[in-house]
Amino acid sequence: MTPAAVQLAASDGRALHPAASTDNPLAIQGMTVSYGEKPAVFSIDATVPPGSMAAIIGPNGAGKSTLLKAVLGVVPALSGTVAVFGAPLARARHRIAYVPQRASVDWDFPTRVIDVVLMGLYRELGLLHLVRRHHREKALACLERVGMADFAGRQIGQLSGGQQQRVFLARALAQNADLYLLDEPFAGVDAATEKAIIDVLKSLKAEKRTVVCVHHDLATVVDYFDHVLLINVRKIAEGPVATTFTAENLQATYGGRLATTHIDQLMLPVA
Amino acid sequence: MGAEFVQLSLTPLAIGILAAVACALPGNFLILRRQALIGDAISHVVLPGIVVAFLITGTISTWPMMLGAAGAAVVAVVLIEAIRRLGRIEPGAAMGVTFTSLFAAGVLLLEQSDTSSVHLDVEHALYGNLESLIWLSADGWGSLLDPQALADLPPELGRMAVVTLLIAVLTAVFWRPLKLSTFDEGFAKTLGIPTGALSLGLVVTAALAAVAAFDAVGSIIVIAMFICPPAAARLMTNRLEVQVAWSIAFAAVSAVLGYVFAGYGPLWFGGNDAVSAAGMIATVSGMILGSACLFAPHRSRVGVPPEPEQT
Amino acid sequence: MLKPFTSALLLQSGYNAALVAVGAALLGFAAGSGGAFMFLRKRALVSDAVAHATLPGVGIAFMVMVTLGADGRNLLGLLLGSALSAGIGLLAVEWITRRTRLAEDAAIGAVLSVFFGFGIVLLTIIQTMSRGKQAGLEGFLLGSTAGMVFEDALIIAVGGACTIAALVLLRRPMTLVAFDPEFAAASGVSVRTVDLAMMGLVLAVTVIGLKIVGLILIVAMLIIPSVTARFWTDRTERLLGIAGLVGGASGYAGAAISASAPDLPTGPIIVLVCFGLFIASLLLAPNRGVLASILRHRRFQVRVHRRQGLLALARGEPILDPLTLAVLRRAGLIRNDGVATEAGRAQSAKVLRDERRWEIVRQIHQNEAVSGRYDGLTPIEAVLTRDEIAEIDRRIGRPVPAEGAA
Repeated sequence: MTPAAVQLAASDGRALHPAASTDNPLAIQGMTVSYGEKPAVFSIDATVPPGSMAAIIGPNGAGKSTLLKAVLGVVPALSGTVAVFGAPLARARHRIAYVPQRASVDWDFPTRVIDVVLMGLYRELGLLHLVRRHHREKALACLERVGMADFAGRQIGQLSGGQQQRVFLARALAQNADLYLLDEPFAGVDAATEKAIIDVLKSLKAEKRTVVCVHHDLATVVDYFDHVLLINVRKIAEGPVATTFTAENLQATYGGRLATTHIDQLMLPVA
Repeated sequence: MGAEFVQLSLTPLAIGILAAVACALPGNFLILRRQALIGDAISHVVLPGIVVAFLITGTISTWPMMLGAAGAAVVAVVLIEAIRRLGRIEPGAAMGVTFTSLFAAGVLLLEQSDTSSVHLDVEHALYGNLESLIWLSADGWGSLLDPQALADLPPELGRMAVVTLLIAVLTAVFWRPLKLSTFDEGFAKTLGIPTGALSLGLVVTAALAAVAAFDAVGSIIVIAMFICPPAAARLMTNRLEVQVAWSIAFAAVSAVLGYVFAGYGPLWFGGNDAVSAAGMIATVSGMILGSACLFAPHRSRVGVPPEPEQT
Repeated sequence: MLKPFTSALLLQSGYNAALVAVGAALLGFAAGSGGAFMFLRKRALVSDAVAHATLPGVGIAFMVMVTLGADGRNLLGLLLGSALSAGIGLLAVEWITRRTRLAEDAAIGAVLSVFFGFGIVLLTIIQTMSRGKQAGLEGFLLGSTAGMVFEDALIIAVGGACTIAALVLLRRPMTLVAFDPEFAAASGVSVRTVDLAMMGLVLAVTVIGLKIVGLILIVAMLIIPSVTARFWTDRTERLLGIAGLVGGASGYAGAAISASAPDLPTGPIIVLVCFGLFIASLLLAPNRGVLASILRHRRFQVRVHRRQGLLALARGEPILDPLTLAVLRRAGLIRNDGVATEAGRAQSAKVLRDERRWEIVRQIHQNEAVSGRYDGLTPIEAVLTRDEIAEIDRRIGRPVPAEGAA
């Protein structure tokens, strides 16, 4: 929180908040979203360090997906500022890739797998949006990376849930972003898909990109992630998994819904 | 198929086809966005739009009426959106409230104002008068090259052609963002695509098609063409590009067959008066959709097949 | 203008006019509460398809009656025909939605336009028939009470009354299905049968309303009253009652206004009266109304920004949001140059301390009954007793500076 960082100015002339450094892929301050009178997300501050694999964790209805959507400007925030690599969202969209929840789209839509991946290249297509050979090759390479190249010509409705999720991931890969935001990528997918997805995410991390997932499976947090944000409408805790993903914090996040014995099994063995 | 055809049937046919295609193009997107009934709402509010335009200008000239109708369509869309958001009412009901009330206002204004001297009535707004759009000064196919005869073409033809072309160009230019935001609005927003403006633009385009077509062929065809050809086309294919092509084909076929059946059908059954071409075109489009529902290759919803995992 | 109106309102302008007004009121009531079920089931526009699908039936009934040598204009016959074709239209909507991948809105639009188009074709045929010239079937498009004879008015009044009776009998299972079809099915109610009964009611209302408001505007009577009623209540039973009253009042007042002057067509007037009631409710209803919710949202927003601002003051962070600044300034918590006033410093210290208190609360009460009530806006004193707060403060110790939180 050096004064120098405060000087970063948003496009409308308002200064961004202190944590908005160009190093931090994502810095959120005072994010509040409300549907009607009840806040879904309340006054959340968070900073995702560069190159991390971060998980947003909390019980159902804790506002995890809402937080992600508010960060992306998909739902309007009541208050709060977001900085992406130190810049306001509007100027940093090209550095973000987003994988929405599978249920959020119409899978009966008349389009093929390859067309969905090509949507990730939207920004590269130019004024007339002509798809050229190298675009197609790029899209196929992304499908290859998630093990779906054989399905390129299928209608999307004919895929299983896990396959649909992988197509979404391929689209995000096509965006070639620095910050990947994924909304419950492992929800309702089979074991093979989960493995395929986490392998891709880990390779992104190896390329020094930053990944943020809304995540619900506590059992895999320690294996998959290195940074966690625990929320239940408001922020409970934030930090490296080793120090933040503790029984006490989980208890505070989930309340009585989590048996203490259960929590102990999730923790890292105490060194 | 000679002079008489060119004089009496060529222009109505061309106008019918153009109107059908102009409506079917935006219809494809409306259907995929579950907004099919926006077309229904727009075609109802065209009536109050033209009545108000008539009351203001006092004449039945085309441009003020088209402007009035387009204005009414925009007012209707804004009202629907306002009722939906402000009152937290589901979109179908918000639509129902809006278009019926505006239509009622249109009928009332029409009854109250003195329109007996001009040709403006509810029936005309509903069925149009495709049959009357003939090319009097034509005396054969040669007239297509005769500038003097061409100058005498019904003005509806030119207007409809311009509007159809405009809609085709708009569809091509906005194809990708439109497709993207129809399929996955949240993702489109994260790319910075102005999804709100895009969906308003789609509705305004639909209104443009409705207004231009209504002037020539009445609102019945408009609603039918917004929905039936694209719906039938959806059942033929799983690719949007192909679907749009099918919908254009279905729209054109409905227009041609409908016009022919309306004009000649009664003769085959021993009658001697033609029936409403607009009604017949809608009926034919319905028969096409009915056949598609029964036989089209992609008519049923796909079930997700069991996971064939090999990774 | 006023005198004929009041006399019509008091049923003093002729027997027929009175009967029409009563009929319109009964019809409005039946349409309002019958349509409410479709509204609750989120299928309001199905009634649009039903209404438009009546037209071919009217045409065919006329042709059949003329062919049989009867009077083609017999209202009962025409209504029977319209009910038949509307029923077919309804089944077509159901069939398309269930059997194909098309959504219900596409099915509705397709059925309404195609049936209506076909109806127009039939009307043009009738116009060319020797006895079709004065059929006056166009009256069914927009309704016309002008040429109504006593029997017609009687049919409408009796039909409206019967529909209301059916509504009263069927309201329980229909409410159950409208609210939660799966639960209804699990408790042994046949959802399909009840759905069909609902549709049947809508169909009956539509057919009865054809003569008064016409097939295009009857849709309004099925939709607007229940949407209006929704603003006034959250309870199903009341919704049905209020929707019925709104519909009945619009029908009655509309018919009376229309009878008071020559150029006021009944259907549109009824619809516009109903729309007026809707607009008034949209704006003024106490809880769901626009005015009420604007005020509420504004208050909520101010509270959120006030708290955010106070927290920022307490932590010594700069406040950048102009709304936050305005809220604090107006409350006298900061000076014009952004520096906290005496009151501002006191309140921000309290906000910070409450944050700390809540943290302790969440550690003590692991069940959500208490800690779940934290929303950052409700004062802690409203949730916990004085003694509990004292206990928490004992644990915290003296007021601490900001950084201890994370």
